[in-house]
Amino acid sequence: MNAIKFAAAAILASTALTGAATARDQVQIAGSSTVLPYAAIVAEAFGENFEFPTPVVESGGSGAGRKKLCEGVGENTIDIANSSSRIKQSDIDLCASNGVTEIQEVRIGYDGIVFASDINGPEYAFTPSDWHNALAAKVMKDGELVDNPYKSWNEIRSDLPAEEILAFIPGTKHGTREVFDEKVLIAGCEENGADKAHEAAGAEDVEDACMALRTDGASVDIDGDYTETLARVDANKNGIGVFGLSFYQNNTDKLRVGTMGGVAPSVDSIASGEYPVSRPLYFYVKNAHLDVIPGLQEYVEFFVSDEVAGPDGPLSAYGLVSDPELAKTQEKVSNRVPMGALN
Amino acid sequence: MTDMTADKPAASTGPARSLLKVGERTRKRNAAEKRFRMLGLAAVVFGIVALLGLMTSILSNGLSSFNQTYIALDVYLDPAKLDKNGNRAPEDLRKITTFTVQPLILSAMQTMLEERELAAEGVNAKQAAALISKEAPAELRRYVIANPDQIGETVSFDLLASGRIDGYFKGRVTMESAALDRNISPEQLMLADQLKQAGLLELRFNWAFFTAPDASDTRPEAAGLGVAILGSAYMMLIVLVLSLPIGVAASIYLEEFAPKNRWTDLIEVNIANLAAVPSIVFGILGLALFINFVGLPQSAPVVGALVLTLMTLPTIIIATRAALKAVPPSIRDAALGVGASKMQAIFHHVLPLAAPGILTGAIIGLAQALGETAPLLLIGMVAFVREYPGAPPEGFFDPASALPVQVYNWTQRGDPAFIERASGAIIVLLVFLLIMNAVAILLRRRFERRW
Repeated sequence: MNAIKFAAAAILASTALTGAATARDQVQIAGSSTVLPYAAIVAEAFGENFEFPTPVVESGGSGAGRKKLCEGVGENTIDIANSSSRIKQSDIDLCASNGVTEIQEVRIGYDGIVFASDINGPEYAFTPSDWHNALAAKVMKDGELVDNPYKSWNEIRSDLPAEEILAFIPGTKHGTREVFDEKVLIAGCEENGADKAHEAAGAEDVEDACMALRTDGASVDIDGDYTETLARVDANKNGIGVFGLSFYQNNTDKLRVGTMGGVAPSVDSIASGEYPVSRPLYFYVKNAHLDVIPGLQEYVEFFVSDEVAGPDGPLSAYGLVSDPELAKTQEKVSNRVPMGALN
Repeated sequence: MTDMTADKPAASTGPARSLLKVGERTRKRNAAEKRFRMLGLAAVVFGIVALLGLMTSILSNGLSSFNQTYIALDVYLDPAKLDKNGNRAPEDLRKITTFTVQPLILSAMQTMLEERELAAEGVNAKQAAALISKEAPAELRRYVIANPDQIGETVSFDLLASGRIDGYFKGRVTMESAALDRNISPEQLMLADQLKQAGLLELRFNWAFFTAPDASDTRPEAAGLGVAILGSAYMMLIVLVLSLPIGVAASIYLEEFAPKNRWTDLIEVNIANLAAVPSIVFGILGLALFINFVGLPQSAPVVGALVLTLMTLPTIIIATRAALKAVPPSIRDAALGVGASKMQAIFHHVLPLAAPGILTGAIIGLAQALGETAPLLLIGMVAFVREYPGAPPEGFFDPASALPVQVYNWTQRGDPAFIERASGAIIVLLVFLLIMNAVAILLRRRFERRW
């Protein structure tokens, strides 16, 4: 009987305490695992330099983060969603239906996507067309659309190395995959004329046809993180992995990066737009929380300040490509300008 | 048996067998036994080899995280930079940022290299300062705010060396890899060697690994398990306080009082089923029930503990029921026979005798809960948390991390130095589990009675 009483008392005590403990004093952030390292760097510096507690940063994916943001207004919902792709109209509608009407869109910079192989392997100079030829289900050969016949890179273009085709690309749940599809596969499809052939063959959706990948094992989806991709490249010396620029920069002693269209990826070549495969990174702020959660406004302003997100800041040193229009973002953030409907 | 029926006709017509000579059938049986023994032994050897492989991989990767490289540096706390107004007012001092402190380290490094006449070719002042962790400015800032009277003095600090330098003295980074690495150059490593010869750089036991909070990707050398250990301890405390009484009460009722009918059968089957439910399911339940419905805060140890309690309960109930069942009925009969009520018989006689078994079950259930990550993923505990949770009971509602979560987080980081940290965290987790299981075995050995 004592045990039952004790248990009942414990449950009562814990529920009673919830009332006392709801006042949240730290910023809560969730979302993209690509943005996570940058958000962690900023959160850490924010905690060090301000009187506010260090924000809590969760990962879990861009889409999951935006959904959490749109769950509603209140202290047990998050304040900021990190996202490696732009918010969708469906998210905005979901937000609106849950009472989250004002969302700020903050673009923090650009992230490059690089193609890297084992450090001891040969050098690769790719074009988007090469990647489409290597990975697509149907490719152009001798002017005709055929099932992908290529086994090694030099069959595609004779000046590529004679290595077996094996690519580790991000799985479909990653935001990186969208960029890969759009900037590499579809761009390559247009480059080598496969899109015209698909159209002529009566494909319902030419883009979908271009993005369809071969299923014979030459293209491997990685649903985990870049660390998993790195481990796979390490185990398969002829494999080529798709990485974020910052991850590559931390592992330059293990990876050799390939060029794309003749341009090597770097913070500079991405900032100038020469290197084609990059994408903007965002976070989304729930405006209703700005005056409720202590430190939220300060965190947002600190994130986009010159000394953090500028070209000489810690984010840039870690591999984020600084946004040339940072000043505009800073102004928007200090005026708390909410985003409108997507066009 | 099949052998016997098959061989029967042959046996009856065959030659007479001697006990001294080993016959065909006996040889076959002996060979079969030998084969089985070999297979059994092979299974054990395979298990041991797998365990050894795992342990050597974890230990060789992780043991080095218990040591850390520090660089001794005399830093001149320049009043012109730190206290422009010259009034040492605390509110002004708090405005010092790590960005203003960074140049002090740069100039301190330069002064040290000049004074000691250390120089490596091809290393400029900025690269020399990069030998020191990015955590150092924060340490300096904290020191200045705590000791404003030291501004204008030269203070000697033991600062963390950067992750790559630390890796060099642990064998993770070599001259060859540094030549390819954009974060460190062989010249910087040579400078680090000179610092070591001058006695300014040393490896020390890494207490901070157990006390410091997590750190961002740019400073793996500063990352520690402090918040995770505290978070795990809070959760285990709540799990123990909730699941042991509830579990024991439920099993006593089910075992001793409840009538045996189809309802109790149904409950029994469901408890056994619950024990086998994947833990992520409890996470989904926790998110829906404790966070969305009850409105408990995200990332809080109390939510994690409630979820883990649900997960541990079936284990404890099953163990407790087995322990109660193992107490012979003669004990109950004797107690009832001398006039004890049923409750007296149970609480005075049966429960004390079953206690070792119950405690063993509880500890094993707790050990299981300690190593669980999946349910915590959904309730926001898999996160970057740097702030220590407060003292209980309010601290139960502050965000915290947990040990297995920290392992998971660190394995996903880009900097290879985090692999060492993750393996170190696994060792810490294993030590905790080992202690818990050892206590369970000890309890059983000392107090268990065989009937």
